[in-house]
Amino acid sequence: MDEGLKSELGRQGIFVLRLEDLYNWGRKNSLWPLNFGLACCAIEMIAASMARYDIARFGAEVFRPSPRQADLMIVAGTVTKKMAPQVVRLYNQMPSPKYVIAMGACAISGGPFKNGYNVLKGIDRYLPVDVHIPGCPPRPEALLHALITLQEKIAGERLLGDSAARREGPSGGQYPVPSYGAHDLVPPCNRELWNPPAIQRDE
Amino acid sequence: MNAEVNITSTRPQLPPGTVMSYHLQRQSAAGGDAESDLLEISMGPHHPSTHGVFRMDVVLDGERVVRLKPVFGYLHRNHEKLAEGMTYLSSMPFTDRLDYFCSMTNNWAYALAVERLAGLRPTERAEYIRVIVAELTRLLNHACLIGFLTHDMGTMGTPLMYAFREREKILDLFEELSGARMMCNYMRFGGVRVDLTPGWVAKAQKLVAEFPRFLDEFEKLLTTNEILLARSQGVGILPRTLAVNASVTGPMLRASGVNYDVRKVDRYGIYDRFDFRVPLGDHGDVYDRLMIRFLEMRESLKILHQALRDLPGGPVMDPKAKLRSFRPRPGEVYGRIEAPKGELGFYLIGDGSPNPYRYRVRPPSLVNLTVLEDMCLGHTVADVVIILGSVDIVLGEVDR
Amino acid sequence: METVEQIKVRLEAAVPGLEVEVIPNPNSAEQPSLRMGLTHILAAARFLRDDPSLRFDYASNVTGVDWLDQTFQERQRQRVLVDGAEREVEITVQRIRPGYLEAIYHLYSMELGHGPLVIRQRTANRTDQCRLVSLTPIWRGAEFQEREIYDLYGVVFEGHPDLRRILMWEGFQDFPMRKDYVEPDDYEYEPTPHDLVLEKARLHYGHGGRS
Repeated sequence: MDEGLKSELGRQGIFVLRLEDLYNWGRKNSLWPLNFGLACCAIEMIAASMARYDIARFGAEVFRPSPRQADLMIVAGTVTKKMAPQVVRLYNQMPSPKYVIAMGACAISGGPFKNGYNVLKGIDRYLPVDVHIPGCPPRPEALLHALITLQEKIAGERLLGDSAARREGPSGGQYPVPSYGAHDLVPPCNRELWNPPAIQRDE
Repeated sequence: MNAEVNITSTRPQLPPGTVMSYHLQRQSAAGGDAESDLLEISMGPHHPSTHGVFRMDVVLDGERVVRLKPVFGYLHRNHEKLAEGMTYLSSMPFTDRLDYFCSMTNNWAYALAVERLAGLRPTERAEYIRVIVAELTRLLNHACLIGFLTHDMGTMGTPLMYAFREREKILDLFEELSGARMMCNYMRFGGVRVDLTPGWVAKAQKLVAEFPRFLDEFEKLLTTNEILLARSQGVGILPRTLAVNASVTGPMLRASGVNYDVRKVDRYGIYDRFDFRVPLGDHGDVYDRLMIRFLEMRESLKILHQALRDLPGGPVMDPKAKLRSFRPRPGEVYGRIEAPKGELGFYLIGDGSPNPYRYRVRPPSLVNLTVLEDMCLGHTVADVVIILGSVDIVLGEVDR
Repeated sequence: METVEQIKVRLEAAVPGLEVEVIPNPNSAEQPSLRMGLTHILAAARFLRDDPSLRFDYASNVTGVDWLDQTFQERQRQRVLVDGAEREVEITVQRIRPGYLEAIYHLYSMELGHGPLVIRQRTANRTDQCRLVSLTPIWRGAEFQEREIYDLYGVVFEGHPDLRRILMWEGFQDFPMRKDYVEPDDYEYEPTPHDLVLEKARLHYGHGGRS
């Protein structure tokens, strides 16, 4: 649409925009996070929702305790193998379209506790992650930056086409829940989601 | 669950108004026939009121709790095993992440244990700085706990906002001092890492001077509120003898009337130079635990005032302490401090190598949870939430 | 507070048949500990808690420790026949001290304000006789900590009211804090691996980097 025509119409009080943009604008400016804090990063998440670093400015004020009412899951803190089935179950219970932010080094790759028998080395072994925030713990401003990045990502989504398929996913947004094995989780990771690149080293 | 409810139950009927003893309730819970109307629910690990990934398997008779078993381990990050593979100093950032609210006191407990193992003594200035940051941490912790507890009672976050406002001011001081807001990693064996920045003492004194105004406002708004009084008085009573036998420590113990504060008993650091009192409670219910924290904050302000006034000059690190290739002599030591949540202890077995042979954290939150079931029996589910809030647990410490 | 040796004498008088031994602490500034045999340790603990001058009513910390089999090399002088004549020769003898698991209790007194007293109890070996006596009936505060020792070390506490796993999940088979525990191979992606991580990663590179 011609920009001149758009601004002319705008001056007359008629706003023209695509349905896609309107839909995405509504969704991105009112993301409802799931009240899901695991460890130390949860305290920085709470601090981000408090008076100084107000997350309510960006629309994510209403932290819902129930996954059925939330559309953003901020995995804040270390995911242990004992907790991992519960995290995946909660993700499955969220309605589409849903997003995951992995906050902190522990949620990205296990963090400082990587050499652990109970630590899951990154939540992206079982869930698709949209934004990763490095830090231990990341400052509240970093969480706000991640939220803005996610909002930009949502703004670029299309109603039809590839992006629509991403929202539902081939599995309809449901991912298999791991179970407790004798020594480790069964399966140790979700092969469809997590494929680290191979680096061939000449030794 | 049966679709039709059998009204004439075959359970033993007690006259109405009888207080059921715990033993009888256990028996009827263990009976397990299809006509029993006990409901078993699992509160957690994802629950807004459980203060972290904590789960309680609760067996209910209507709304009253018949049995409660805490389940944790959802944040078990094998901190103790990691420490056996690292040097003593490398474990210091990991102690920050135990009780992630109060990183400075965790650091101090560990530094105290290693200094006793190695025979090091921190300098005078470092001792005063340690006391100052520890008492600031106590202020931060108690204010936020009151915020979380009242949030559980239904204030929907307003006192929490006030408490976090004060917390941000204290975190500004910590950030200027150590470079990080939460995971400060500030103490070293023989002192502290860096000296205070110029102007830090003036800022701290300003904060200490303004804090009573916040405390007065907080107290006036909360402590005479009739909803808070009705919900917390007489709820979750912990008797003295049980508290001592169950190794409960910290404000929870003192709210039951036992005068045991590690700062006064062990007199570690330089706490014997400061004039402060230890508040005690009479009833041991949730209200006493809440009020104890208000009183302890006022005592901390007294200590801070004295410490900031008497802060000497000098180095902040023992010049003879060497940190590279640090091999303390072999032996076993148990070093403990009064952390804001209770007695935090570190038990170290050293065998002369750079890594500890056994590294054990004695977490106050884990041991305080022993009596959760006893306190919650006979109360409603809503009371369970409040009683858990008053125990003041942090899962990073419980699970390590 | 009385010294550890005095407490030992009083314990032996109060609980006949108790096997108690003072274990010195290599760190001379700290106090030694008392090792007690399993048969009468419950009665000894009751004495420590209830005696009017000791009153150790607060069990602060319960720790589990794993000691592996240790080989000692000792030099001994022996008389042997060398070329028809008896001579004293120095030979090295290897002695193996079998490994064991132990639980260490730190006791304080809230009433009298003294402490700590450190008591220990040891299992017979690390393999099939890993049983200790639970002191939870005396000090309730030991309940969760003894469960943790069971979970992470595999020590069964007899007399514990509720002995099950506390930190790991119910179906977990290993005892992770033991010194010979091997972690499951959880291929961790590392862009610049070296040392141990590189060795582990090489096992996976063979299949094109996918495990």
